[in-house]
Amino acid sequence: MKPAPFAYAKARSVEDAVKLLGKHGDGAKLLAGGQSLMATLNMRLSAPSVLIDLNGIAGLDTIAVKDGMVDIGALARHAAVMGSDTIAQHAPLIAMAMPHIAHPAIRNRGTIGGSVAFADPAAELPACFLALNGEAEIAGPGGKRVVGADDFFQGLYETAIGPNDMLTAIRLPAATPDMRYGFAELSRRHGDYAIVGLAASARADGASLKDVRLAYFGVGLTPVRAKAAEAALASGNLDEAVKALATDLDPSDDIQETGAVKKHLAGVLLRRVAAQMSGARA
Amino acid sequence: MTHHYDITLTVNGERIDGHVEGRKSLVDFLRDDLTLTGSHVGCEHGVCGACTVRVNGEVVRGCLMLAVQCDGAIVETIEGVSDTGEIADLQDAFERRNALQCGFCTPGMLLTAQELLSQTKNGGKVPSRDDIREHISGNYCRCTGYHAIVDAVEAVAVARAGRSS
Amino acid sequence: MKIVSDLPSPLTALDRPNSYIGRAVPRPNLKRLTQGRAQYVSDLVLPRMAHVAYLRSPFAHARIKHIDKSEAEKARGVIAVVTGPELAKVITPWVGVLTHLKGIKSAPQYAMAVDRACWQGEAVCAVVARTRAEAEDACELIQVDYEELTPVTDPETALDASTPVIHPDLGDNLTFERSLDAGEVDKAFAQSDAVVETTFIFGRHTGVTNEPRSIVADWNTGDQRLTVYQGTQAPHMMQNLFAKHLGLEEHQVRVITKDVGGSFGVKVHTYADEMAVVALSKLLKRPIKFVADRLESFVTDIHARDHRVKGKIGINKDGTITAFEIDDLTGIGPYSVYPRTSGIEANQVVNLVGGPYACPNYRARARVVFQNKNVMCQYRAVGHPIATAVTEGLVDLAAAKIGMDPIEVRKKNLYADDAYPVTAASGIKFEKLSHHAATDKLLRMMDYKALRANQAAARANGIHRGIGFASFIEVTNPSAAFYGVGGARISAQDGATVKLDATGAIFCHTGVSEQGQGAEAVIAQCVASSFGVSLDKVRVIMGDTDNTPYGGGTWASRAAGIGGEAAWQAGKALRENVLAAAASILQAKPDDLDINNGVVVDKGTAKERITLSEVARICYFRPDTLPPGFQAELVATRHYVPRNWPFSFTNGIQASYLEVDVDTGFIKLLKHWCVEDCGTVINPQLVDEQIRGGIVQGLGGALFENCLYDERGQMLNGNMADYLVPMAMEMPDMEIGHVVSPTADSELGAKGAGEAGTAGAPACVMNAINDALRPLGATPMTEMPFTPGRVLRALGRV
Repeated sequence: MKPAPFAYAKARSVEDAVKLLGKHGDGAKLLAGGQSLMATLNMRLSAPSVLIDLNGIAGLDTIAVKDGMVDIGALARHAAVMGSDTIAQHAPLIAMAMPHIAHPAIRNRGTIGGSVAFADPAAELPACFLALNGEAEIAGPGGKRVVGADDFFQGLYETAIGPNDMLTAIRLPAATPDMRYGFAELSRRHGDYAIVGLAASARADGASLKDVRLAYFGVGLTPVRAKAAEAALASGNLDEAVKALATDLDPSDDIQETGAVKKHLAGVLLRRVAAQMSGARA
Repeated sequence: MTHHYDITLTVNGERIDGHVEGRKSLVDFLRDDLTLTGSHVGCEHGVCGACTVRVNGEVVRGCLMLAVQCDGAIVETIEGVSDTGEIADLQDAFERRNALQCGFCTPGMLLTAQELLSQTKNGGKVPSRDDIREHISGNYCRCTGYHAIVDAVEAVAVARAGRSS
Repeated sequence: MKIVSDLPSPLTALDRPNSYIGRAVPRPNLKRLTQGRAQYVSDLVLPRMAHVAYLRSPFAHARIKHIDKSEAEKARGVIAVVTGPELAKVITPWVGVLTHLKGIKSAPQYAMAVDRACWQGEAVCAVVARTRAEAEDACELIQVDYEELTPVTDPETALDASTPVIHPDLGDNLTFERSLDAGEVDKAFAQSDAVVETTFIFGRHTGVTNEPRSIVADWNTGDQRLTVYQGTQAPHMMQNLFAKHLGLEEHQVRVITKDVGGSFGVKVHTYADEMAVVALSKLLKRPIKFVADRLESFVTDIHARDHRVKGKIGINKDGTITAFEIDDLTGIGPYSVYPRTSGIEANQVVNLVGGPYACPNYRARARVVFQNKNVMCQYRAVGHPIATAVTEGLVDLAAAKIGMDPIEVRKKNLYADDAYPVTAASGIKFEKLSHHAATDKLLRMMDYKALRANQAAARANGIHRGIGFASFIEVTNPSAAFYGVGGARISAQDGATVKLDATGAIFCHTGVSEQGQGAEAVIAQCVASSFGVSLDKVRVIMGDTDNTPYGGGTWASRAAGIGGEAAWQAGKALRENVLAAAASILQAKPDDLDINNGVVVDKGTAKERITLSEVARICYFRPDTLPPGFQAELVATRHYVPRNWPFSFTNGIQASYLEVDVDTGFIKLLKHWCVEDCGTVINPQLVDEQIRGGIVQGLGGALFENCLYDERGQMLNGNMADYLVPMAMEMPDMEIGHVVSPTADSELGAKGAGEAGTAGAPACVMNAINDALRPLGATPMTEMPFTPGRVLRALGRV
């Protein structure tokens, strides 16, 4: 199927993009890597009147460490992030997740900002962003603001990014020697969206873990933090943490698996991820 | 209401001036406007990989990129890399190993494999069969069952690394 | 002459000097495909060509009360908007029944829905426009007033009195029923040491050809001829059907098939939306192109395999299988597909269950019912994966019950290799099979003992691996018994016309067609070998009803065995003709001459006498120098159809080694083996790749593929992200071996090889999973695909 007709506008700058959004209103959509958006357009699942192409905006694809934070420009491509030494060193959780995301041709185009902003509840990067307690830098008509990960995801494909806003960067706390990370997902085929996945971070305190953040994907309308399990894990009780998932998660049945299966798999992933985090620095 | 845009790009080394509708995908532009029918349309939702082409040196899904986005870009298709001889050894390996049957996935498969192989410079690490399988796991082939494709890519990797199998 | 070789080997005394039989020569058309120079129908552009898009029913069952197309007709680029009733004036409906499937019934099917849509995805209105995109734009402007009707979606209740009848004129929702009772089944079960009963459930699959269905129809009012470019497996069958339903003479229709982006049985049927394309071309007097997009493919390409089979097996403590009994139920959609019918798959299940085993007691029933879902019909290895999984699943369960190794129970019951010919309990006839030789070879290839040791060692470490086997038989080389006897105009015979050109090269026109399996290479190998030229001197012409002998095309693994034999015979006939001409030039006896690598030689000494190009030069340009009364005939045609056996059965055995993650239910395929016997192997590489590709198609069904529908008849996963086809990462390496038992029905002795992989793979994966899980006390798994959730439920973990 071919997309319904739309106008195309190329944003020259972040300000230009925001201005174009304001000018075209609800019918406008931002085009970053396009690896999800284009597919939905090709199925006529959405029919924007204008696409605002962000790809020409210079300087939005940088990866840098500043003030203890890893700053990833919204237009940084998955492939660039995957190949980045900075990411490998300072955001190892992202490096762990990257090979699970789609396939090389998709990773060559897809962007970090696009993934986080699209907020697919079964996708890896939004969950990593949540697990790392990252910050989203959002530009809007009133200038730039920063939203923390816990406030970012608001509903199915709904985020703190307003209709006239654009995500410009994500910032993730840079890894320190005491940080532990874990990542695991179960997808039927390599590169598919996961049935269930888990991105996790914690601070090692001797043999125990503190500040545990467990972000599940594929189990709800957004990436979901398993807070009771986090607390149980921080208190050193893995069995209790697995049990706590029963209250933390309420996955519905979908075409892949039943909610009950997802819940079971979430527990399996928690044990695997906990083992990763209790080992040497990931 | 139609929206058309003028674009200028390089396709297989030729300068192309195009006038395209905003909604036209890169692969439809290549096929319909430039009659470069070696790039195929298999699903139009980015899953099958039959439309794989190179833009600015990297493989992309031709169905998930707009032609209008390619203004100023360098685009290469199977016709281009065939004519330059860049992947002659890979094509030869596919032919000798019968690593294709209907051939519909083959152009995309070759370009995807070439991206992996181009990382295997002389004396470099030869990708394992699992590496090869992983790299081409976004390219759907219904005919071969993939085994022969992995064999062919592996043989070229070994040859390019300057080793005998 | 029998040419017996499964690997490149020295020429036998019987081999022709230029023999390519048994050689892994590359296919002649591959460079075109690797360089992006192929010509698929989806690539084709003709002058004045317009594109059609269909508005399709969103409901599984709905009355069409009114269609308002006025806005669509005004839309940019639109040439015509045509409804079902309007198109019915151009093309007549059809009914998919065959007389040899006794009692099969179906309702008239129209090119587009006339007053009622019977499945989600049925075309209800066509828009013809300058571009596909514009046609789709206009589709969105059509207003259809539907009255939603109750859909029939559950085969189990389709025959209940409370279920609506989809076609009231037919009286009920039963399409076809077949029963069979051989031997003394009840007595055998009663006297068995053990009886095992279970139900096997198979997911609904679809072919997902990489190139979707594509057709360009060009009605030329000047010529009064219709030229159809179509990705089809059976050009002559389609020629007949287009003519018949458009009210044309067959000679007014030409079907051209160039490169086809995958078929697997998907492209051998009559599709309403393709019939609509030829009708639209006739109506609008211009070329019309239709390329199904992927979303349309999922709801219109035939589906298959959606069967529920209750199975029962009896066994004695010594391993003797005493009886098989099955009850098969399948729902096929609202129509039996034309012209092959949707009864064949269930019919095959009845024919094939128990097949390889010498067990005289067999009872079977199959019922085929209508549903408001997309149609089901023949798809690669029709019925075989079902019959094989039922048979092999039952055999393994029975073996486990009496504590016997699965290989031992097979060896005990498989027909002995010297027992043939054999008529099985279902009535199918085997000319010559080789199950024991194949099994022995497989066990050597996989090193069964070592693998069992590996399995035990892994299990000691908490890793649960399984080994599964599936013996199989495969129907190939069909005679007229398949379709012709039932009244379908589908040719069982095939022909080849071979001609010597003026430079000594050979053109071979054949009725079989190429979908990528390598038919072109096989035909060239046969002609080059029997005539006596090098392969590069042979050009094969196929896929054009104006220019090829009348033939059946490529399906049911017939291209090599039937088309290859016709080509072999045609090459021989042309050799005789050319030698007659050479003899007259050389004043020699034809019997003293032969052709070797393009040169006429003395038979026996191989002394070169005259080149083919010189023979051709004289015959074409200086016939005046030939003796008076001699006329050179440098074209020969031969036809072939199997006559002694209705089908040529092939056989073999597959094995799977896999690992089950008992925490997640995920299955990792570690390795797959197959030994098969397709008689004479013409091109070992092509045969091996057919087997490998077929295996992976079977593995897809075992692990991933399933067309999911809700109770309203809505397909839930009709796209490539959600319908999971096998991709490279999850598929195993596959080792292939051969046993060679040529058929005596042809000189070449080749049987088909295209479907054996698909036939056996799901069964042996099932058996391997159950082998892995049995020590854990899991419920035996018999419902495909084997998803993580199903594995976890079998283990009692969820």
